[in-house]
Amino acid sequence: MNETVLLNSRQMASFAARGFLRFDAVVPPAINEAFLDTIGRVPDGDLQGMRAHYAGIMQSSAIPVVAAGTPLAAAYPEDSPLHALLALPVVRGAIASLVGGHPVFDHHFLHIAFPPAFYAAQNTRQIAQHYHQDSTIDPRAAFDIQIMYYPHAVTADMGGTRFLPGSHLRVVSEAAIARYQNIRGQSHVVCPAGTLLILHHGIWHGGGINRAEQLRYMFKIRICPTERQRRLWDTSDLPAAALPQRPIFWTGPAPDPDSIAAILTRPEPWHEADTGRLEYINRVRFWRYLLDDPSFDADYWATRIENEPH
Amino acid sequence: MAFRQQVLVLYLATSALDTAVVGWSSYDGTGATDHMAGDSETPPYATGLDALKNGWRLIQAMPLLPHAGGDEFRLGYLKYEFFFEKWVDVDE
Repeated sequence: MNETVLLNSRQMASFAARGFLRFDAVVPPAINEAFLDTIGRVPDGDLQGMRAHYAGIMQSSAIPVVAAGTPLAAAYPEDSPLHALLALPVVRGAIASLVGGHPVFDHHFLHIAFPPAFYAAQNTRQIAQHYHQDSTIDPRAAFDIQIMYYPHAVTADMGGTRFLPGSHLRVVSEAAIARYQNIRGQSHVVCPAGTLLILHHGIWHGGGINRAEQLRYMFKIRICPTERQRRLWDTSDLPAAALPQRPIFWTGPAPDPDSIAAILTRPEPWHEADTGRLEYINRVRFWRYLLDDPSFDADYWATRIENEPH
Repeated sequence: MAFRQQVLVLYLATSALDTAVVGWSSYDGTGATDHMAGDSETPPYATGLDALKNGWRLIQAMPLLPHAGGDEFRLGYLKYEFFFEKWVDVDE
């Protein structure tokens, strides 16, 4: 299984603008079932406590303990469901497009959202996870990805991952954003089994509150590049030369909504009036980094403020 | 008779109170309601001014700060944060 389906330029531009890509039901049922078997299928009815439950899963599961910095290709045994997942052509292609052909493993973790009965048994408040940005302050242009894997269907009452599209270019300090409870445009993952969400490391997110009766699982893998992230995707759909600028503000007929410029200048519902424009500039700079082309611009946002004639 | 504080935090589209809410948080010191991350998709008010009209008292507004040279385009936290409060009578 050596086939690789690379991302196209519009998918990459969407990732640059919004910080995520979603692949519904891309993992086949056989891998999902094998992964759930790997966890160990600890009974849902075990109410002895969440910490004890995690300990039970860590003892009984076949999820390997992997050192940070291990080549991703060596992180999982070849006969394991996670190896099979990463070998899927679409998954291989997405990883190669985003972080290259020789990425390294950072960490992984099985996230469990416990149902209300767990909290009632311990007389503790059940609360959704606060918004946060993973790891710590990270001002790099280079980026890691986080694959969120949902091995079973996630319904609305199971409180799937909440995330804020387009938040990845904001440099904040991890849980410092916990004060924000709700933000316009936030997304809650409701998905069929086998869905993957691939996030830029900077996306603001948090686990939802699980009001269903069964446990909700999400398995996360953080992956880091070892090469410059330059034109790693299928660039055959990019124009050979720099994209021509399009008319702005006074635009005439409706412009192409699928152009790279349109994708990079599409606002999010939460954008503030002035900083939304700075988001466009930061997206343009990110796209320049990915293209390795300092002349790229969308709607003149960068060119205008770089124009200092001599 | 005792009083408890309710806190409403609104994040607006600009520094003007009569512009749209883009984010919101609520903390209820009476314990009557329990708000948390991701619990609503519709803001409690369309604008900050609408909150004032419903009796919320503005107690803090974000300052407008100059942009440090070389760092003008770096974005971080939501920019236009306004804290409101109500004092509510509760039985003890």
